[in-house]
Amino acid sequence: MSTTIEPTVKVETRRHPMPPREQLEKIFMIENLDAIYSGKPAVKGVTMEVYKNLVTAIIGPSGCGKSTYIRCLNRMNDLIPGFTQTGAIRYHGHDICSSDIDPVAVRRNIGMVFQRPNPFPKSIYDNVAWGLKVLGLKDNMDERVERALTQAALWDEVKDRQKASALSLSGGQQQRLCIARAIAVEPDVVLMDEPASALDPIATAAIEELMNSLKGEYTFVIVTHNMQQAARVADMTAFFSISRGDEGTRYGELIEYDATEKIFTAPSDQRTEDYVTGRFG
Amino acid sequence: MSAVPHRLHLEGLPRRRAVNRAMEVLAWIAATIAVAILAIVVFSVAQKGWSELNLDLLTKSPIPFSLTNAPQGLANAFAGTLVIVALATAMALPVGILVAVYLNEFAPASVRNGVGIVLDVLNGVPAIVIGIFVFGLLVVGHGQSAFAGSFALSCLMLPLVARSTMEVLALVPNSLREAGLGLGIPQWRTTLSIVLPQTIGGIVTGTILAVARVAGETAPLLFTSSFVGTQTNWNPHHALQSIPVAIFELSESPDPKDHARAWAAAFVLLLFILLASLGGRWLATRSRRKLAAR
Repeated sequence: MSTTIEPTVKVETRRHPMPPREQLEKIFMIENLDAIYSGKPAVKGVTMEVYKNLVTAIIGPSGCGKSTYIRCLNRMNDLIPGFTQTGAIRYHGHDICSSDIDPVAVRRNIGMVFQRPNPFPKSIYDNVAWGLKVLGLKDNMDERVERALTQAALWDEVKDRQKASALSLSGGQQQRLCIARAIAVEPDVVLMDEPASALDPIATAAIEELMNSLKGEYTFVIVTHNMQQAARVADMTAFFSISRGDEGTRYGELIEYDATEKIFTAPSDQRTEDYVTGRFG
Repeated sequence: MSAVPHRLHLEGLPRRRAVNRAMEVLAWIAATIAVAILAIVVFSVAQKGWSELNLDLLTKSPIPFSLTNAPQGLANAFAGTLVIVALATAMALPVGILVAVYLNEFAPASVRNGVGIVLDVLNGVPAIVIGIFVFGLLVVGHGQSAFAGSFALSCLMLPLVARSTMEVLALVPNSLREAGLGLGIPQWRTTLSIVLPQTIGGIVTGTILAVARVAGETAPLLFTSSFVGTQTNWNPHHALQSIPVAIFELSESPDPKDHARAWAAAFVLLLFILLASLGGRWLATRSRRKLAAR
């Protein structure tokens, strides 16, 4: 470990200037959301909006409930036994937590990319095409697959071996394939739960670049514990932290939510400042 | 740390070593006995059936009360076992897989554990109890048939197939299920197209082991498919002869050649079960390794 490490990714923003917030369409209105695992609250009292066609980052120390929170946004937590949530998540005005909303329909609109690449054990082509087929987007299949793979910056690397197994790809390529798979079915929102945590800096840069170039079409919400990544890609940043309740219970809480510049340069909460300056977490 | 050299001569060390050695030897003897029993069984069965172990056994029909030395075999029993076990597998396999899919993919944990215990109990029900149950259910008033025998065997196979399928389903990483659901695809579709294909190796294995287990069952077939003719018959509406029942009947015959034939049939059955188990286990390790590598 004696050699010096050259930074491979420049820490600089790739973001375009953000329009004034009043002009932005709110895609999510989260109101007083509590997420509870078997009686133990994981996240408490989150209230925030997510704006259309922006990248919104969720940052915070391990265990602050970032993943739990983002998985609430497309009801992915429904699968976890003992999970309950209260409060409201209004998506285009509809409370997606209400019992008369089908979680499958929610996830059809709000896609997800996971922490670890999880391609299907199928060919590269079928990874993208399978979802399209099942969801009835059967016209121009080859075109759709090519478009998604191009958007995910993977097309050039795989166009000559689309029939090869997706598992033969590298980790970074697999994750981009998962992104291609997610955007191929034309969701409205793409949730990303630490999409680059298992990737090297080059693959990470590729994924950040594609988020930036695709946000005109989609809305991204990304959980990351890499603050530089949040600074690079996010327009808005939400900082979560761990709070202590009665009897020493620990739960995650939204501390501050603002434009990324503000969070990283002039946060209004001391806890945010401690975190972004590296004094804590 | 300086005290350590002094403690290298522990009190009673020779005794400890002797006990250790004795336990090792005991364990070794126990393991040898287990292997020896199998070896002795295989060897003595082969030896006693050697004289009748030929192709006629598989191709010729038995001749009851034969006074000549005309070659005879147990073709009817081999055909019957084939029909009965194939039908039993056809019944137990889909139900077993569906039970496992429901329990592992859809049921709440309480149901999964509850029904899991039920499956284990069903697995422990003596074959003769299953036999008499199917006798009361299907044979009384209708007569014996290979169908009834198959149904009895499928009751024995069901928990084996379901349990082994559950085991491999549990090995499929959750991330694959989440990948499907995250795309807005219904759970049943993800289960069918993504999760189940991952488990085919394991399901095949479990089925082979279940087949090996029931192919030698005698008691349920005595109740359900034992009043049989000597002609080879493939029609499951009739009671069909089977290898275990044939062994049982031949062993009661006064003719020593019948005994030899019983031993020979036993040897073939044993060989089949042995090979099926080995094959099943080999497939199981292979598919488990394939799943674990992902």
